[in-house]
Amino acid sequence: MNFLVSFLNSMPNAIGQGLAWGIMAVGVYITYKILDIADLTVDGSLATGGAVAAVLITMGWDPWLAMLMALIAGMLAGLITGLLHTACGIPAILAGILTQLALYSINLRIMALNDIITMGAAAAKTKPTLALNPDRNALALSSRYVRDLALNNPLLLLAVAVAVVIGVLYWFFGTELGSSLRATGANGNMARAQGINTNRAKVLGLVISNGLVALSGALLAQYSGSATIDMGRGAIVIGLAAVIIGQVLFKKIFHNFSLKLLSAVIGAIIYYTVITLVLRLGLESTDLKLLTAAVVALFLSIPYLKKKYFTKKSRKGGKSNA
Amino acid sequence: MLDLVGIRKTFNIGTVNEKTALRGVDLHLDDGDFVTVIGGNGAGKSTLLNAVAGTWPVDEGTISIGGVDVTHLAEHKRAKYIGRVFQDPMMGTAATMQIEENLALAARRGQHRTLKRGITREEREEYKKLLEMLDLGLEDRLTSKVGLLSGGQRQALTLLMATLKKPQLLLLDEHTAALDPKTAAKVLDATERIVNRDKLTTLMITHNMRDAIVHGNRLIMMYDGQIVLDISGEAKKHLTVEDLLARFGQTTGSSEADDKLLLS
Repeated sequence: MNFLVSFLNSMPNAIGQGLAWGIMAVGVYITYKILDIADLTVDGSLATGGAVAAVLITMGWDPWLAMLMALIAGMLAGLITGLLHTACGIPAILAGILTQLALYSINLRIMALNDIITMGAAAAKTKPTLALNPDRNALALSSRYVRDLALNNPLLLLAVAVAVVIGVLYWFFGTELGSSLRATGANGNMARAQGINTNRAKVLGLVISNGLVALSGALLAQYSGSATIDMGRGAIVIGLAAVIIGQVLFKKIFHNFSLKLLSAVIGAIIYYTVITLVLRLGLESTDLKLLTAAVVALFLSIPYLKKKYFTKKSRKGGKSNA
Repeated sequence: MLDLVGIRKTFNIGTVNEKTALRGVDLHLDDGDFVTVIGGNGAGKSTLLNAVAGTWPVDEGTISIGGVDVTHLAEHKRAKYIGRVFQDPMMGTAATMQIEENLALAARRGQHRTLKRGITREEREEYKKLLEMLDLGLEDRLTSKVGLLSGGQRQALTLLMATLKKPQLLLLDEHTAALDPKTAAKVLDATERIVNRDKLTTLMITHNMRDAIVHGNRLIMMYDGQIVLDISGEAKKHLTVEDLLARFGQTTGSSEADDKLLLS
């Protein structure tokens, strides 16, 4: 009984985490599902979003403007990966890893920006964490109010943010330009034969995706009260977990594109609910990466194993007929 | 309409797999020419079409379409002038997108893609009518995913897409080779109708000599990266398969290649 109460008590926080990570999962959906690229930039760009938003907020910026800047910073990160991939011919996965690695150094510098401006030469040149406090900083959301029945409840803002992001993407992928991105991921040969610049489409997709991932990082930093250098570590796997859980659970009933995006967000919420549950069951939070990797590996292998299993079955049938 | 001058292409230069696929091809097509291309495996037929389409840059020579030099134009930019149907039915359409979405993508070939709606209501009506003409029962399945269609339906759709926006040049790369005879005939029939209706300048590769003779106003045969035979007008009308084989033997000095040419 105690266990159930404490679990239910932590549910609002799990939903909040899930919604914020849901925006990140939507970004992963764009590259992984639409463009057919596994983009590892996101581990870096999530932290970049958090770092940019946190440092600007500590410098007294309006949190919304800070989030806009985080979005732009993420888009730039995506642009770099896109150009490394298309203009320099580096495989997409490696291009993402390179940007992600470079961002580690950059993010440490970004978080030290305020100290350098206020303290000058005496300040440390790099900083691994940056704390945000709703009492001292102007934040758009904070997990402190996650159980309050009030307008500043972060779940409300996160739900609206998710709805706006899905709405804008639904519109965009229905346009001529958005359709050209989908065609690029679906069949590059066909896209080029129809005059689509597939390289440009890939870059644009990476830009949009990483913009969303950084926005998610900016929301997470405010929600959890800090930006840290490794807040994005393993983010791609969490994003994939959300996308895959959503797909497995809802692919039979969600056919509309906006609902498919929503299923990634729901996937993220389910992921954080499960995480909360296993933490209550006594797992250490450092064990979670192992758990996440195992879950994603399992779900990614299901389609392959299923095929193998069914092929064997039909072969057996063929023999008995003969 | 199409001018190829001294086109050369060698693949895998400097490796054991080095293969010269085109050895100085010159070809001129007049406006409205419907040229069938035959030749054995590795003769350079597909390579020729890919050179025109810009799949990769050629080593030597110039390509111009309607007087515009496209030799150094990227594949997607050349698409403005060219409609294509590939041999593989999977290659010309996007399987995970709807029939009408595929058509809408093709309708905007060569245009700048904007933030306007990807498909309009008027377009849907138009596509329905065009699909009716194909007579494959696709007109009521506008929102079906293309992945659900048969190979023949996909090829017919690709043909429609290639000609939806009238191309200056239509390239057909053995587009009926992967289909069963009945469907192949249907797709070829639709090809003939569309090409005649729009008076399209067309290059059609085929492995079937009879098709090559029946269709088009001109026939070229390729051998070892070169055009070895070029027959048009009245001479082509009276051509038989036996003639072709004999001519092939004369030009190439080989006789044992006959079966290979026929069957390939």
